Amino acid sequence: MATLELGIEGDVVVSPVRRTRRLGPLFWAAIVWMVAVVAASAFADLLPLPSPTDMDMLERRAPASALHWLGTDGLGRDELARLIHGARVSLIVGVCAPVIGITIGGALGILAGYFRGRFETLVVGSMDVLLAFPPLVFALAVTAYLGQSILNLTCILGVLGIPAFMRVARAATLSLARREFVIAAQALGATHARILLRELLPNVILPLFAFFLLGVAVTIVVEGALSFLGLGVPPPTASWGGMIGEGRESLEIAPRLAFLPAFAMFLTVLSFNLVGDTLRALTDPRQGAL
Amino acid sequence: MLSVEDVSVNLPTPRGNLRAVDRVDLNVGAGRTLGIVGESGCGKTMLSRAILQLLPKKAMLSGRVMFDGQDLARLAPERLRKLRGRSLAVVFQDPMTSLNPVLTIGTQLIETLQEHLELDGQAAKMRSVELLAAVGIPAPEQRLKQYPHQLSGGMRQRVAIAIALSCEPKLLIADEPTTALDVTIQAQILDLLAREQRRRHMAMIIITHDLGVVAGRTDEVAVMYAGRVVERAPTPELFKKMHMPYTEALLAAIPKIDAKPHTPLPAISGRPPDPTRPLRGCSFMPRCRYAWAQCQIEKPRLEPAESPDHQYACFRPINITAAVPA
Repeated sequence: MATLELGIEGDVVVSPVRRTRRLGPLFWAAIVWMVAVVAASAFADLLPLPSPTDMDMLERRAPASALHWLGTDGLGRDELARLIHGARVSLIVGVCAPVIGITIGGALGILAGYFRGRFETLVVGSMDVLLAFPPLVFALAVTAYLGQSILNLTCILGVLGIPAFMRVARAATLSLARREFVIAAQALGATHARILLRELLPNVILPLFAFFLLGVAVTIVVEGALSFLGLGVPPPTASWGGMIGEGRESLEIAPRLAFLPAFAMFLTVLSFNLVGDTLRALTDPRQGAL
Repeated sequence: MLSVEDVSVNLPTPRGNLRAVDRVDLNVGAGRTLGIVGESGCGKTMLSRAILQLLPKKAMLSGRVMFDGQDLARLAPERLRKLRGRSLAVVFQDPMTSLNPVLTIGTQLIETLQEHLELDGQAAKMRSVELLAAVGIPAPEQRLKQYPHQLSGGMRQRVAIAIALSCEPKLLIADEPTTALDVTIQAQILDLLAREQRRRHMAMIIITHDLGVVAGRTDEVAVMYAGRVVERAPTPELFKKMHMPYTEALLAAIPKIDAKPHTPLPAISGRPPDPTRPLRGCSFMPRCRYAWAQCQIEKPRLEPAESPDHQYACFRPINITAAVPA
């Protein structure tokens, strides 16, 4: 006769179920590309590369060779070295500008969503003003006044990114601040600072971080566009947008000069988008009926 | 210990002033349990928020909420904050939303303990394990590392109770603590609350829409309707001899286990009155089967019945043995 075994053996050890989420080969390919670009640009000075600014007028637009793996550009500079050094500019601007955005915009958004009232009106209003201002005119005005440099470029793109981060943070906070766990924290005597930092921030940071990665991708493109227009980093320094701009002049003779940096930018932006999207999808699912 | 004196809560809405709580008087002593019963939207939750001073910003509160000789409504924010958690605690209806989804159970418990009791990390952790064990959570040490979504609803409510009890409050307000839970878990949670209350000798207010929840687990019951207390009595007396037709209707609306299959439930027909447009007479009049002319013109006041503890507000009380005063 079959007996029903009841598992009463003291404390049942509960081990949290680790679900291995399938991320897919595309996600990993994107990660590999991102790591490669970051590593190459970080250690650009240590790599056995020719200088990205040394010109060789006898070797202008040379095809790929053992000396110049990807050939040389219109002024005889090594294309690979310029690509890798250009990645530096793109990544520094592309990462630092959204950091400015996520810090200032995120803080303003959480405060506005939590405190509401007149402060919220002020923040949202001033962000609308910033959004309505034509970004290109803003960039032109700042570079004309303060000059072109990586720092100025980063600040311009960072400030332009604040409204978007503010909106994401505020929207997330608005829906969270009404949840009972915030009231529960108040009922337990938590201060405003505690509620903001311990209850709201950990919740808001997830969508903000996913948006941050998308912001990196957008900023890299915008930096390229500004450099292409001649508003980016000043000439001798390599940057992807600047290289595309210079390559435009020899599009018929050597199209690779414009297409190589464009392709590098395309792959990098695609990787950031893919990773950002995957992370957003991972953090999005209502977190257990949140 | 807690006495609510003549408390009203007004909420300005686009459709006019909404009187969510209308001149309520209540009191609870240490070690006593008060049940507040009423249907959705009758002001139960607003009353509990008024006691905790957690009303929405626009709400206007009048009257006094005396707790240990202090009026909470007029207390400085900083003193009030210290009082909450230490002396006053709440358990909310939905344990899905009353715990922070991105922090572990341990973090939430330990931080509360550190904040209020100024324990160091190790002591707070030990205390958390004790608390979780006390509310009947198996393997409490492993639970500390888990997130709320990894626990069942009943477990989560136990955790919420553990957090509420963590600083030994003198008054615990349980706002529909079992409404979001399975029927099988409801009794367990209520028994847990009752046990912890006896052990800690704290005062407790249970807010519910289910008369079955308050029966046997409370010392006194206040029935609320449209923001007002319409009947108040010691629990046994209320169930033996209710005077307000609304209480009777509420009790009749509970499904009976011995009823024949397909017996229609005697639901209370109609809806509560629009709180932005109060009626001149008794708020329950339109739905009351005993109503007569006087109910339409005048609001009945809360008056004592046979014993001073039992009060009701009705012109046509039921179950009155003595002759109705003309």
